[in-house]
Amino acid sequence: MGADHGHRLHFHAHSPLHSAPSHAKILALVAWVLLVVATPAHWFWAFGVHAVVLALAIGVSRVPVTYLLKRAVVETPFVVFAVLLPFIATGERIDVLGVAVSGPGLLAAWGLLVKGTLGVLASLLLAATTEPQDLLLGLQRLRVPQQLVQIMAFMIRYLDVVTDELQRMRVARESRGFTARDPRQWPVLARTFGALFIRSYERGERVHLAMLARGYTGSIPTEATRRPVTAHAHIHGSRR
Amino acid sequence: MSTPVLEVSGLAFAYPDGHQALFGVDLHVHPGERVALLGPNGAGKTTLVLHLNGILGLDDANAAGSVRVSGLPVERANLAEVRRRVGVVFQDPDDQLFMGTVRADVAFGPANLGVKGAALDRRVEHALEQVGMAEFADRPPHHLSFGQRRRVAVATVLAMEPEILVLDEPSSNLDPASRRELADVLRSLDVTVLMVTHDLPYALELCPRAVVLSQGQVVADDATIEILTDDSLMAAHRLELPWGFDPRTAAALGAGTRPLGGARG
Repeated sequence: MGADHGHRLHFHAHSPLHSAPSHAKILALVAWVLLVVATPAHWFWAFGVHAVVLALAIGVSRVPVTYLLKRAVVETPFVVFAVLLPFIATGERIDVLGVAVSGPGLLAAWGLLVKGTLGVLASLLLAATTEPQDLLLGLQRLRVPQQLVQIMAFMIRYLDVVTDELQRMRVARESRGFTARDPRQWPVLARTFGALFIRSYERGERVHLAMLARGYTGSIPTEATRRPVTAHAHIHGSRR
Repeated sequence: MSTPVLEVSGLAFAYPDGHQALFGVDLHVHPGERVALLGPNGAGKTTLVLHLNGILGLDDANAAGSVRVSGLPVERANLAEVRRRVGVVFQDPDDQLFMGTVRADVAFGPANLGVKGAALDRRVEHALEQVGMAEFADRPPHHLSFGQRRRVAVATVLAMEPEILVLDEPSSNLDPASRRELADVLRSLDVTVLMVTHDLPYALELCPRAVVLSQGQVVADDATIEILTDDSLMAAHRLELPWGFDPRTAAALGAGTRPLGGARG
């Protein structure tokens, strides 16, 4: 257990996209997503161009398309909303397969769906080709405020710890015959999350104490995160 | 005798909610000693540890007595130096290791002290070698096993070159092999150690001297073997040896003075 946990989104491979500097990838992603979002929904050909650009990038990265598609399920809530749009939006009605739906709603749904999907896939591609640590380093190089980067670093560090804790609480619940099947059991789940919140909060305090004990005075010294000059060769030599 | 590394005198402390945890603790630890701090749950062991590097007890309102580290009083003005001299390794390594890589975590302490550049790299490398974790420098801490994380936690403190290493329950949650590896590491270090523990065989194995804290007071301070064989003292302070463990036999095996075995990093 544990070995691959922090990398659920990262796909290990060697490609030009994997080795590209992380800040360049972040900038490219943001610029491209802005471009996609700014494209009017009725320029259907433009989305074809966007899709081809994305497909090329995925091809270069050697990340399997299925790997990205599986992780794209996070988009589902938006898809549901997009599918509802043609039915609940007002405006001129048109017939699709014998069902009268709203024309502007249909166009809006298409726009939401295609822009969302392209954005999600591109973000997943960034995550698949960039280690979390490099991502943080990239954000740092792009002068994102230190505090924000630090919060993200803590999140990456403790995500597994908290998920493991939640997992253990679930196993302990189920070992005592509990399964969350219908809303009547929601209060129990709510208490679980409450307990988890308090535990995480207390852990935060303990982490802070441990930081103070090592002379923390309010900011993480940049020296600590700097890569050592000679270490790279050394590490690669000793790993195998 | 030499200046004690740790000199606690008349230390009393009550938490803001009124609960008093320490009632006049006196404790001296001299350079090069390895001392076990024993005591039942709720005896005030952790509270005492948090006083040693000034996390608790800086406000005079609810504290009395004093702590000196190699002669330097633990006061707000000396806090940075005190925290360099006293290295505390906390019980849960996940509390102690919070940076993205092992290297950054070990560098955090010395970097806070202003160590830079090649000197910092050397410190990190040396500390990791001391605990046998040099080849894991670029791993994220959460990808390591529990025993490895505990050893890295020790390295994060060693990198600050402390005068005394304070370990809170160092053997808790370790499997026997990791427990032995950590013992090898601790034995190989040339540093004064104060070890808070419930693990009495571990105390006997590593620490020639033991101090018993009970209800916020030091009730015994003697050779570890004398304490573990004093049945009435042990019973009075809820200290129990594991079933079948005979400290006399173990001591006869030379546990307390065992030479370094396989402790190379």
